[in-house]
Amino acid sequence: MRKKLLAAAAAVLLAGSLSASAADKLKVGFIYLGPVGDFGWTYQHEVARQALAKEFGDTIETTYLENVSEGPDAERSIEQLVRAGNKLIFTTSFGYMDPTLKVAKKYPNVHFEHATGFKHDKNMGIYNGRFYEGRYIQGVIAGKMSKAGVLGYIGSFPIPEVIMGINATILGAQSVNPNIKVKIIWANTWFDPGKEADAAKALLDQGADVIMQHTDSPAAMQIASERGKLAFGQDSDMIKFGPKSQLTSIIDNWAPYYISRVKAELAGKWETDNDWDGLKAKMVVMAPYTNMPDDVKKLAMDTEAAIVAGKLYPFKCPIVDQDGKTVDCKGGDHLDDGQVLGMNFYVKGIDDKMPGK
Amino acid sequence: MELLDPKFLESVILSILAASTPLLIAATGELVTERSGVLNLGVEGMMIVGAACGFGGAWLTGSILVGAIFGIVAGVLMSLIFALMTLGLAVNQVATGLALTILGLGISGLIGAGFIGERIALAPHLYIPGLTDIPFAGRILFGEDAFVYLSLALLIGVWWFLYRTRAGLVLRAAGDNHVSAHALGYPVLRIRLYAVMFGGACAGLAGAYLPLAYTPFFIPAMTAGRGWIALALVVFASWRPGRLIIGAYLFGAVTILQLHVQALGLGIPSQFMSSLPYLATIIVLVLISRARTGGSTAPAALGTVFVPDR
Repeated sequence: MRKKLLAAAAAVLLAGSLSASAADKLKVGFIYLGPVGDFGWTYQHEVARQALAKEFGDTIETTYLENVSEGPDAERSIEQLVRAGNKLIFTTSFGYMDPTLKVAKKYPNVHFEHATGFKHDKNMGIYNGRFYEGRYIQGVIAGKMSKAGVLGYIGSFPIPEVIMGINATILGAQSVNPNIKVKIIWANTWFDPGKEADAAKALLDQGADVIMQHTDSPAAMQIASERGKLAFGQDSDMIKFGPKSQLTSIIDNWAPYYISRVKAELAGKWETDNDWDGLKAKMVVMAPYTNMPDDVKKLAMDTEAAIVAGKLYPFKCPIVDQDGKTVDCKGGDHLDDGQVLGMNFYVKGIDDKMPGK
Repeated sequence: MELLDPKFLESVILSILAASTPLLIAATGELVTERSGVLNLGVEGMMIVGAACGFGGAWLTGSILVGAIFGIVAGVLMSLIFALMTLGLAVNQVATGLALTILGLGISGLIGAGFIGERIALAPHLYIPGLTDIPFAGRILFGEDAFVYLSLALLIGVWWFLYRTRAGLVLRAAGDNHVSAHALGYPVLRIRLYAVMFGGACAGLAGAYLPLAYTPFFIPAMTAGRGWIALALVVFASWRPGRLIIGAYLFGAVTILQLHVQALGLGIPSQFMSSLPYLATIIVLVLISRARTGGSTAPAALGTVFVPDR
């Protein structure tokens, strides 16, 4: 009897010590929209996650679920991470907004970070990159480099995130070529290389000579390269797919943000926040400026410096929309964050009609 | 840019041909498989594995042909799993096909993981000096890559095989009434095995087309549902090769044209435009079905399991 008790006590102690050491590790979870290898949006989150693992080594344990579609599947996946013991969960796409909120309400002790959305809660913070700053720079470059004066834009879904990118691009382009035109195709997917390639072909066939995209694969860059036209990469540096075509690329640099959030969580100081950083905080990084003459390169670098210094705002007022109405300026001399986040109009100079209006 | 400018029209037609080719190849294989009585829902899985292996082969050896062969072999191997389950073990074909699709997506991710971020040179296009330079028709008829010509040759070959050879007649018989075919002494299971392997080979080739001739890189799930579209096209075609080619090019055409319409800036909701290829296929299917006297034209024994009684 005594032997049995001793054995049981030893087992409990052992189990206790094991679970204690497991509890010492902070578990951080990630929900990815696409495959890790998409070489775009999800890939950059994965790069940041690996930086996180490197930075914190054994004190944290990271997991990720990839290819989680936005919708009911998302809620299930997030809950799965919660039940697996993850205390800090990053959901990396706009469409995860409502599922994250739902799960956050169910588990007030777990902390959530949602990317590119606008709903938040006591235990759900949001973060985003001011990619539109990069888009403005791209617009300036495109305005200078486009011989035909027509840009081609491959959009994913007509949500404010994408609309603000289009507007910022056009405003940037208009600052060097007031007559710039743009053709927009909505792929209705974040990721379908075949469709993106088709869209790029269609835009180039219709006379565009600089391609920009808000979708995630290098297909459009590759088509532009094949046809000897110019393009901008998206999310990661796509120079490999367009060595003579890529002008620059907006690179999402999530690592510093993730590291700071995990630091806060480890110190017990995590608080819900609304983080929207851009070029200045290096959350948005531009790939090296290539395939352009030196004067355009200088202009791009000067524009970047001006944005970082706070001297140039992509959405500086007055902003006139497609219908000719001047948009109410709530941020002083530029649109305030709320207006940008809810942007659902095209600026003047874009001939296409907003889908769904 | 003038809408009726021959150069523009030529470009559009070239895009349509390229977009329709994988659908045509995969659907041709599936047509043969279904004509023999086997419903293979695993086309998407076989296509994506074909894509992964095809890209791997081409990247490792630098040869598009080797890549295509790798893709075909990968498709055949996947189809052998399917054949073992449905023909050897008499498992339900629908469930097996779906399982194989999921398996294929997973395996392709595994195989392809090492190749992500790499790129290859696209398949070369035919160039006959003189013929290819003919404005407008030159590039369309004489300037395509090998896959496009192969897809057409394949379809014509399948048509000839099904309707002009004894073996094709026997295959159709196995699909229409396997009990009678078996009673007449034809090796139904073996016929179906060959048909399934052919379908797998075509699916693998169609999948390999995507990274070899369409977008020169591999990305997980790059088939993006084309396998399912190929399945639907077989039904659309009422299991006849002639209608299959119409269906494949119709779908490809609407897919490309909806993008062009968007780029023209007419303001039609993009979500509607994206659904247009599928809507067009359904509408055309309804229209041609009205000419039927009623009843399905599917092979009568499609999807039913056959266990020979000695």
